[in-house]
Amino acid sequence: MTTKVKAAIIGSGNIGTDLLYKALRSEIIEPVWMVGIDPESEGLKRAKELGLKTTADGVKGMEPHIADDKVQIAWDATSAYVHESNNEIVKKHGVRMVDLTPAAIGPFCVPPVNLQDMVGRDEQNVNMVTCGGQATIPMVAAVSRVQAVEYGEIIATVSSKSAGPGTRKNIDEFTRTTARGVEVVGGAERGKAIIIINPAEPPLMMRDTIHCLTKDAPKQEEIIESAQQMIAEVQKYVPGYTLKNGPVFDGNRVSFYMVVEGLGDFLPKYAGNLDIMTAAGLRTAELIAEEIQRAEAA
Amino acid sequence: MNLEGKKVTLHDMSLRDGMHPQRHQLTTEQMIQVATALDAAGVPLIEVTHGDGLGGASVNYGFPAASDEDYLRAVVPKMNNAKVSALLIPGIGTVDHLRMAHDCGVHTIRVATHCTEADVSEQHIALGAKMEMDTVGFLMMAHMIPPEQLLEQAKLMQGYGANCIYITDSAGYMLPDHVTARVGHLRENLNADVEVGFHGHHNMHLGIANSLAALEAGAGRVDGSVAGMGAGAGNTPLEVFVAVLHRMGVETGIDMWRLMDVAEDIVYPLMTHKVRADRDSLTLGYAGVYSSFLLHAQRAAKKYGLKSTDILLELGRMKTVGGQEDMIEDVALDMKKAGAAE
Repeated sequence: MTTKVKAAIIGSGNIGTDLLYKALRSEIIEPVWMVGIDPESEGLKRAKELGLKTTADGVKGMEPHIADDKVQIAWDATSAYVHESNNEIVKKHGVRMVDLTPAAIGPFCVPPVNLQDMVGRDEQNVNMVTCGGQATIPMVAAVSRVQAVEYGEIIATVSSKSAGPGTRKNIDEFTRTTARGVEVVGGAERGKAIIIINPAEPPLMMRDTIHCLTKDAPKQEEIIESAQQMIAEVQKYVPGYTLKNGPVFDGNRVSFYMVVEGLGDFLPKYAGNLDIMTAAGLRTAELIAEEIQRAEAA
Repeated sequence: MNLEGKKVTLHDMSLRDGMHPQRHQLTTEQMIQVATALDAAGVPLIEVTHGDGLGGASVNYGFPAASDEDYLRAVVPKMNNAKVSALLIPGIGTVDHLRMAHDCGVHTIRVATHCTEADVSEQHIALGAKMEMDTVGFLMMAHMIPPEQLLEQAKLMQGYGANCIYITDSAGYMLPDHVTARVGHLRENLNADVEVGFHGHHNMHLGIANSLAALEAGAGRVDGSVAGMGAGAGNTPLEVFVAVLHRMGVETGIDMWRLMDVAEDIVYPLMTHKVRADRDSLTLGYAGVYSSFLLHAQRAAKKYGLKSTDILLELGRMKTVGGQEDMIEDVALDMKKAGAAE
């Protein structure tokens, strides 16, 4: 049996910690490092208990060990502001980066839509858009692969407890990057993204609304079928991805009302926004790991 | 109540909050007509944008008759004394919109968040302050949390650089005591050079009473809307409020008679929706629901054969916040399904 590809998680907040639990279940990736900046962070404590090496000195703290510990893949779950400098450090050591911040310096990857496009491209840096993008772009693509979408708009609503400080500081990057993903990966001519943070107790499940304005009258049956197939694709890695209402057809408007229930790995099940991001990030990293394994076997 | 000798800056909302009842369809010509008349009446500050602020143009909130930039470039150069403000809700608009507004000559930027989520406003408030704009933090749905928690959020905004913090009664839910407690607590504990403001809705017909309570508790700015044109049953009707203030000896700098003419001769005739405390607006106020949901809920009720008050009450039970207009059709579909199952 081939050995697992070693990976590092940069960022010990909500996303990094949720990713940790998922990565530990991977068949082909082994998370070996968790990088944080706060020695008291819950994520670092848990990583240590689970047998990972940890540092609270940022990527610099891990850098001397990258070669010895054979780290070949890194996820960045910090913030758009520090992603570029994190990437520069690991890049020097030939580490492939899966970027979970909205920095978007690498090409976008939304697995059910374009994961296969990443094969053989040897991209050093791949960007996962945003949690809202992962939850909505597949549905925009489900419509745009049937017929031209002039305008795609998504509204992502997350609970206050699942929106960490990174997301909050990055709110403009979230809306901009998601809107661009709706265009580039979703296939809408113009994209718009809105994010709402709701503090209700008990916390609400992640909700996502997708509105597409089609160029010509919507081909209803084809869109319904395409949407069902796309939802099944997403459910392969996020089982709680569900169409709650719709599609609503109203003139040229096609609307989907989605709920995203998480697995409850780190935060409880309401935080589907974490799951859809971390599960997509893991799936993408696994594709990269397969390529690394193939290259090493050859 | 003795307010004799107090000073207040009044801020007109008709060309922003008033966009909600007009389904964001005010034309640039109408904007110019109303704004120049308000300017001539001595209104010092006039808000102009999509009802949901800069970048609000969307399926979710409605596409406006013209872009924010078109409205602002049309109105700002026509002002003699009045300044123009713009609203920005992070998550909907971005700092790109803020820079555009600044370039259009907007004087005041009001950065609005749900009352518990002030930390999403850091980028926008900091940039507004850096560009030396009059920078306001706007805490929406402020009835939902007690004064002590509001102060924590207000202090965040103050820390980012806001020079004025608003208590915003987006649902028109507050009673005068609620206003007194919230405005008073902020006034006592924020820096002395940071103003406190109040934005009311008239859903329970308490716009005037609440605004007076705000003034008494130390507010330096109060929002109103000429002819009351705003979401729900509208904002505090500005010409009425000015008349009350003048009777009480409060200085506003506004010519009350001219303002009454603006309401009567320009704004009432252009209204396409009767802004009043009808059954639905009163429900908003009574149950504490975001005022801009009104027309969206009425449309969904009509489309799906439901009662709009039922939709609004359900949105209240779900503890929806400002901007969640997308939940309205979703709730209506759920109610229709439940009705069919019975």
